[in-house]
Parts: sequence; C-alpha cells; structure tokens
Amino acid sequence: MPEAALFHGWQLATLAAIRDETPSVRTLAFSLPQWSGHVAGQHIDLRLTTDDGYQAERSYSIASPGGCIPLIEITVERIADGEVSPFLTEELSLGDTIELRGPVGGYFTWTADNPAPLMLIAGGSGIVPLMSMLRTRARSADRRPARLLYSSRNFDEIIYRGELEGLVATPDGFSVAHTLTRGAPANWNGETRRVDAEMLAKYAFPAREAPHNFICGPTSFVETVADRLVALGHQESAIKTERFGPTGETR
Amino acid sequence: MPVTRGFKGKRSNVDGTHDRIPPGQYLTKDFPVLTAGPTQRTQVHDWSLSLQRGGQVLALWSWEQFEALQQTERITDIHCVTKWTKFDTRWRGVTIDDLLKAAGLPAPPTPFVMAHCDGGYTTNLPVADLLGNQAMIATHYDNEPIPVTHGGPARLLVPHLYFWKSAKWVRRLEFIETNTPGFWESMGYHIHGDPWREQRYTGDA
Repeated sequence: MPEAALFHGWQLATLAAIRDETPSVRTLAFSLPQWSGHVAGQHIDLRLTTDDGYQAERSYSIASPGGCIPLIEITVERIADGEVSPFLTEELSLGDTIELRGPVGGYFTWTADNPAPLMLIAGGSGIVPLMSMLRTRARSADRRPARLLYSSRNFDEIIYRGELEGLVATPDGFSVAHTLTRGAPANWNGETRRVDAEMLAKYAFPAREAPHNFICGPTSFVETVADRLVALGHQESAIKTERFGPTGETR
Repeated sequence: MPVTRGFKGKRSNVDGTHDRIPPGQYLTKDFPVLTAGPTQRTQVHDWSLSLQRGGQVLALWSWEQFEALQQTERITDIHCVTKWTKFDTRWRGVTIDDLLKAAGLPAPPTPFVMAHCDGGYTTNLPVADLLGNQAMIATHYDNEPIPVTHGGPARLLVPHLYFWKSAKWVRRLEFIETNTPGFWESMGYHIHGDPWREQRYTGDA
C-alpha cells in the first residue's frame, strides 16, 4: 500500500492560481505551509468558516500529480444549489486563504511503479482523481499501458480536454475514448451513448491482461460499469471505485 | 478559527437541528452510496451469519433462522465520514445483544470484534460499542429489504459511529482480544470513528 506522509492538522492554504476547465468547472491551485506529497487518487478536506463561526467541510480529490509538488490542485464542479462549490468556483479569489488538511485515503490510489495495465473509467467530474494518476504517469520514466474511457454529457463539458489530447499525442501507450451522452458536435467521431458492456469490451483492457481498473463518477454510472467489469471476468479486487451524488435508485 | 473571506454558508444545521449534526457534517435527504469496489449481490439462500472466535464457530444462522430471531426496529440519524448526515433512517434487524443471547453467550467472549463481509471488507469495533442496544445486524430499511447498494441482504448498523463502521454485506463477527485495524482503519481512517469527536482520520483526537 503506497503511503504518503500525512499532515492531519488543519493548515491555512492560499489560493495561488485559477484555471477554468469548462463553463462550470474550475481548477484551484493552493500553496501550503507544509506538504510532503500525496499519492494519486487521494483527497483533501477543506473547511470554510463564516464570520459568525459556522463551518462547512468538504472533501475534494487532488487533481495534481502524486509526489511532492509546490502547488496542490483541486478541480471543482459548480453545483447550482450547493453550499460550497459555488463559493469555491465564483467567490474565492487569488490570495484568499482557506483551511485544508490531508492527504487522505489509501485505497483508491495508484503509483507509477504499479506494473499492471491502468484502466481509468470516468463519468463527469469523476475524472479528477484519475487525472492525477495520468499526470503522475506522464511524469514517470517507465510507463505501463494506460487507457481512459471518459463519459461526459456534451463536448463543452469535457474536463481537461486539451490536456488529454496532449497526453494522447505523446506515443507512450496511452489512449482515450470519449463518449457524449447528451448530444455531440456534427464532426464528432467518438461514442454517443452511456457506457455499456459493448463499449467496455471495445475500450477496456481484457480481464486476461489483469489490469487495475479505477472507476469514478456518479453512483449509477459507477454501479453499472463495475457490475459489467465483473461480468467481463475482472477480479473484484482489481476494480476500485469512488461514487458521488444521489443514488439514482428507485425503491 | 480563521474566517473564510466572503463565505456565507447555507447552514443546513440550524432550525432546531443543530444538536443533531456532528461537527463538519451537513444534512442530506438523499442516501449516498459509498463503496470501495463493486456491489456484492449475495442471495439470501446463500447467506448466513456467524459468530466466531479463533477458528471456532460460536453460532451460525441461516437467513430463515436469522429472520426468526427477536426483531428490533430503530429510527436513527446516520453520519458518513464523507461529511453527510441523514436524519431518521428506519431499520429493522437483530440487536447484537439479542444475537449473543440467541448464541447462548452470557457475556461477550472478547473486548473487540472484527466484522467480515462479502467482498473482503472488514471493520473493527469495541464490543462496548455494540451492546446496550446500540447496534444491530439490519436486514430491512424503510420496511423493505435493504437494497444491495446499501448493504443488503444484511449490514451492521452502529449509528453512533461514522457509517463505514456499519459494514455492508456482513457475514461474520469475529471476536478478537486486541483492537486490530480493519479495511479503512488501516488506510488512514480513525480506529474508533466517533462523529461527535470528529474522529475521521488517524491522528484525530
């Protein structure tokens, strides 16, 4: 199990850079007094305090590559009626400070010395911890085969689109397949439906190659993909998942 | 505490509910699904629950036998370490007190328990947190069988601790002498997990 040094105490992070990824998604880069590195896939906690002492805490996956780097990046999708994400994506300004602690989490993690093929399957903002893995891989000398299957609602909502194109352009054994579930541009040559068994059979590494599969996205997306990978013969222990959002389950 | 410039907050924890939301938590009406891997789909005819110590089986119930044990209903708030809190969740199952009674155990054989689940998940608990009607093996949620994504056919319910302790798809309670970290507890999460003391991660008080 990869372990990064942990700073569990809260520290005051300073917003050092902002990058808009899509109309509703913003990357925030923080500088920290203390940070000895993280493992790709881990998250941090943020704590926000109002002037009368009310506090809200949230977890966000780290987007920047694993290892020790000067700035920690998170990528935040604005949820219209959310308590914290509208503030982070619309209000927080360069030089502002916010309480942060981490890194946290030791299961949904990947390091570049992992010899297995790396299969990443993302729905929407579920790309964030997987991007940390891809950025980690891109910085490593010895790169194993890696694939990303990425489901977005539409073209303009593909997070990190340009950077992913750049990674694919480097001939190092990485490929991306996009699917758009709510309409595609006229010249689109990717997929245009929800991830299904046929799509996984086409784009995922076959079970016989014993890949490590990381799935991150909305609950119903992750449920579907994980079940189908099991049906395709993948070991359950080689399927790691992170789910977010409502259950989407009817009772 | 350092004020976050410009942050107003939505304060889900006012309006008379303040004392029901532990620090750092927010209220949700939804029931999110958090699982480290694929959902387990155990059929009740393949399910059993056992109490064990060392290699010894102290008691074993099939689904039918388990459903015939004394059933208890409970309405309780639950708190996930990922920050959501849900009020008034309604469960039905068998309390750990009643399980020990049914097993003919006058007292718990050891001070700690490791819960073992389908899919390989484990979590550790002091027996003291399981007795006194604080915990049950739950089979029903909202008067229906627990959905598989929420741990059906049976999950541990220990609602006064963070919800990762309420292990989904539970199959075996192993009585152990020393408090040994389970799955999340060995990956940076707190050994005990009391939400009111905000024991989220290793190193928290």
